[in-house]
Amino acid sequence: MILRKRALLGTLVAAVAIATAGCGSGNDDKTSTKSETLTVYAAASLTGAFTDLGAKFEADHPGVKVTFSFGGSSDLVTQIQQGAPADVFASADSKNMDKLTAEGLQGGTPATFASNTLEIVTPPDNPAAIDSLDDLTKKGVAVVLCAPEVPCGSAAQKIEQSAHLTIKPVSEEQSVKDVLAKVVAGEADAGLVYVTDVKAAGATVHGVTFAEAASAVNTYPIAVLKDSDHATLAKAFVALVLGAVGQQVLADAGFAKP
Amino acid sequence: MRARTVGLPGWLYLPALVGAAFVLLPLVAIAIKVDWAHFADLITSTSSKDALLLSLRTSAASTVLCVLLGVPMALVLARTSFRGQNLLRSLVLLPLVLPPVVGGLALLYTFGRKGLLGHSLEVLDLRIAFSTTAVVLAQTFVALPFLVVSLEGALRTAGDRYEVVAAGLGAGPTTVFRRVTLPLVLPGLLAGMVLSFARALGEFGATITFAGSLQGVTRTLPLEIYLRRETDPDAAVALALLLVVVAVLVIAVARPDRLRA
Repeated sequence: MILRKRALLGTLVAAVAIATAGCGSGNDDKTSTKSETLTVYAAASLTGAFTDLGAKFEADHPGVKVTFSFGGSSDLVTQIQQGAPADVFASADSKNMDKLTAEGLQGGTPATFASNTLEIVTPPDNPAAIDSLDDLTKKGVAVVLCAPEVPCGSAAQKIEQSAHLTIKPVSEEQSVKDVLAKVVAGEADAGLVYVTDVKAAGATVHGVTFAEAASAVNTYPIAVLKDSDHATLAKAFVALVLGAVGQQVLADAGFAKP
Repeated sequence: MRARTVGLPGWLYLPALVGAAFVLLPLVAIAIKVDWAHFADLITSTSSKDALLLSLRTSAASTVLCVLLGVPMALVLARTSFRGQNLLRSLVLLPLVLPPVVGGLALLYTFGRKGLLGHSLEVLDLRIAFSTTAVVLAQTFVALPFLVVSLEGALRTAGDRYEVVAAGLGAGPTTVFRRVTLPLVLPGLLAGMVLSFARALGEFGATITFAGSLQGVTRTLPLEIYLRRETDPDAAVALALLLVVVAVLVIAVARPDRLRA
């Protein structure tokens, strides 16, 4: 029995060792001094479009590596406030960008580069036969929304108010991707997500556009950060996003003009 | 505890101290960050109270489930031997090392509408996803191994001498279990229950993946903290401290028992 306990302890120690070794390997990049790394913090909804743009930027700037941290805009803002080494920040709403403006953490004025609206998403077979925003208020329809605390949820709330209806969700999720996941898994009959999420999800979901969506439009601002060590590169990346190439990639992903 | 006769190597104290500081400093940091002037308001808002009560209710329910399922499991693992027992033990303990979000996905594909048991449940008109039941299932899934491990250890340490004697004196298996085994390992069982309760209280990943998040129904304290952080960091910090306090209380209740065991 003692032997078994020792074996278990040994396994635990080995597991910890492996886990910490994994943590350490991220620092390897620092040893190669020749290349420059541009770090871009961007809202989760930009994942597809910005990954494409990152590859294009690397092709245009030999020796430059672009790394991304995609996440909820408010999470990213918190990290930047705590000194995260970001060069560029692209937010899914102006509210979160304003938090950085208030603390003077930007190297320039933020520029809006895209906008996004909500769309109803259902499983591919649309089991609850959702056809309009009104249908989401029907009894027995399992609707999942974002919590009002996060941008997609406050947009949903705005739409409910301007359309004078109340949706009773079975769950208020933490992020738009969580809403999408619940619909893709078939657990929910419908959800409200961004147009770009429906597009990215492809055949795994069915999208229903609705006129009331126009009452809540999210605009996406981007800015170079004050503490950036690669200000020139950062400005070039922002220029790429705002330029024709960037706008085309964003349009392909379903984003509208700001 | 009896006094040690062999001293510890002196160098050992430094890493021990660093380790203790590593655990305690973040807790101190949270306490410092709390907006004490508004602390009471922050933790007594309706959504905070809902989250705390839901957490306590679901954690209690999942601890009961852990006892009902975990005690027999621990007995089978500790007192019998059969082919594949070691493999079974490892598999049963898997939720200990599995990321909770993976556990949540696994539960979704089992109990979800499109899951393995989904159709049967639909026939019975049971919807588990997005219900408080889902929270309890998620918590039980991650907490059960804690009870099994503690109790199996206690059972093995206690040995089966008394059980053999009792059986020799004519007691049936159920009487032996009730009158001998259970009283003997009670401290171990209590420690296991406290660990399971604490694990259930802190459960986050499996819950948010499997159960969703709705005030009073599925939004437990950890989910409430995670959500509040978006807009109201002060409330999130206050609630975090509340969760720490509850956890400390739980451990304080558990300690005397664990020392005896």
